[in-house]
Amino acid sequence: MSDKKYLSPETFLWQARAALVVAKKNVMIYYLKPPVITFGVIFPLFFYLAFAAGHAGPVEAMVPGITSMALFFTASAVGPLVTPWERQAKTYERLVTSPASLSAILAGDVLAGAPFGIVLSLLPLAIGLSFTEVHVVSVLQLVLGLAFGALAFSALGVLLSSPASDTPSQVMMLSNLVRLPVIFVSGVFIPFAQMPAWGRWLAPLSPLSYSADLIRTGFGEANYFPAGIDVAALIGFTVVFLWVAHLLHRRTRDRGL
Amino acid sequence: MNPLVPPAIPIIEARGLTRHYGDLVAVDRIDFIVARGEVFGFLGPNGAGKSTTVRMLTGYIPATAGTITVAGYNLLSHPGAARRHLGVVPEEANVYADLTVRQNIMLMAELHGVSKEERTQRGKELVEMFGLAERLKQKGRQLSKGLRQRLMLCMALVSDPDMLFLDEPTSGLDVASSRLIREVITRMNQTQGMTVFLTTHNIEEADELCHRVAIINKGRIAAIDTPRALRATLQSRRSVEVRFAQGALPPESMLNFGMGTETVKFAQGFRIFGAAPGLIAQELANRATAQGLHIEHLSTLEPSLEEVFIHITSRGVAQTAEEIHV
Repeated sequence: MSDKKYLSPETFLWQARAALVVAKKNVMIYYLKPPVITFGVIFPLFFYLAFAAGHAGPVEAMVPGITSMALFFTASAVGPLVTPWERQAKTYERLVTSPASLSAILAGDVLAGAPFGIVLSLLPLAIGLSFTEVHVVSVLQLVLGLAFGALAFSALGVLLSSPASDTPSQVMMLSNLVRLPVIFVSGVFIPFAQMPAWGRWLAPLSPLSYSADLIRTGFGEANYFPAGIDVAALIGFTVVFLWVAHLLHRRTRDRGL
Repeated sequence: MNPLVPPAIPIIEARGLTRHYGDLVAVDRIDFIVARGEVFGFLGPNGAGKSTTVRMLTGYIPATAGTITVAGYNLLSHPGAARRHLGVVPEEANVYADLTVRQNIMLMAELHGVSKEERTQRGKELVEMFGLAERLKQKGRQLSKGLRQRLMLCMALVSDPDMLFLDEPTSGLDVASSRLIREVITRMNQTQGMTVFLTTHNIEEADELCHRVAIINKGRIAAIDTPRALRATLQSRRSVEVRFAQGALPPESMLNFGMGTETVKFAQGFRIFGAAPGLIAQELANRATAQGLHIEHLSTLEPSLEEVFIHITSRGVAQTAEEIHV
């Protein structure tokens, strides 16, 4: 038997199926955990309302921003919780010693976080469409923004779960430390054109910039980046976040933590 | 017989297995083979490297050096394929508290790629075997420790693994649960030929269940053989137990059998340790008759596996290994 390390189509399909099983498990267990609801739904909702209360613009203008932010917070809320929670509940070792590879486990975590973000961000979207004058001009761009944004933010959440911690609250705090600054350079509150120069320099480093750009364009606003760049950047962020998460999780396991 | 080469097809081969944590050498170049169909005990005191070895064998942590082959697959290069042959009950593992008994079992079956029909059928058999059939809809958090341990065994067995890793499976359980788990291990091994890798602090359990036992001490394999053969290495701990009628105390000289023997008094009698307990028993009977003492109880005893374990783990590894293997 060859010891050569390769990923055959059969192995890939096996691990893809394992990722779906892990995702299903995460959906069943983690969607209604209090930290997910608190940091993924309630916290961003009041955060945005606080901003909106002091904002003099039309209500319609808030819909793309609140949708983008809801997507960002909710899609990245599940990932940071799963691994620390499983370490604390002592189910992690069982999962890791199953035939599912680390890549499949992390992919499963991403696949669980993304739909959570999409479904919950549809809520402000539906309210906006029902009770304001806002209209969807490009369904495709809106869908691309939601779908690829959800994957990238969910992958960011998985990356944030990398520290060898078995305390979910610690990891959720860390995740907010990273997520909050990202919002301010992503054009959610302040349009890119009105940002200071340093903000415009930092904006391309945030995945939320590209997702928010697609969502805004979907509502008929002018785009800041070409749609192709938005999609490519979100795919790139997803891949990089997952790759770094894999390296860090692997390092943690290799150290026996 | 070389205990490193059991007379059957190996399912696990560990060669030069080493694990460092920084400067600490937790496991130091150990070699062993586990044969298909064998119940293999892995014993050692706390901190000896037992759990680290199991974690390497199940692919939870990588080895610093050495190789592990599971069912013909190199665990490093083909971890997924290797782990499909394993069922694991880790030492500190738990069930998913938010999932029901049924969901916990089905989750592990799906992770092992077991077809829906097969996992339904096998899950049903397992919950009946482990007395969980009435609790299928109960959540993990609602189960007692003993029931959770039974559920963990169901989760490990639902994929019908070739090899079952059990890390302290009966630790902290009540007598009924411990006995049930031991019975199932024996049944699975005898009827289905399932290989079992058992780590335990319960030496009696290892003695009862295991075909072969390895004792790890200070990161090295100090002894590896059948429990019977290991006991035979400790000739000096064979003994004669004697109790006299009405608790009579014999003269000290009567219990003195010279060099290489040791007499210990216990609550209801005496135990005389020596390499030839048969001769000691015969001589003791003669002396009692001469003294006019009635013997109420006289028996010869082999050393227990626990005595072997204590003897080995309290001595230097090199010395013990030499004693065992020569």
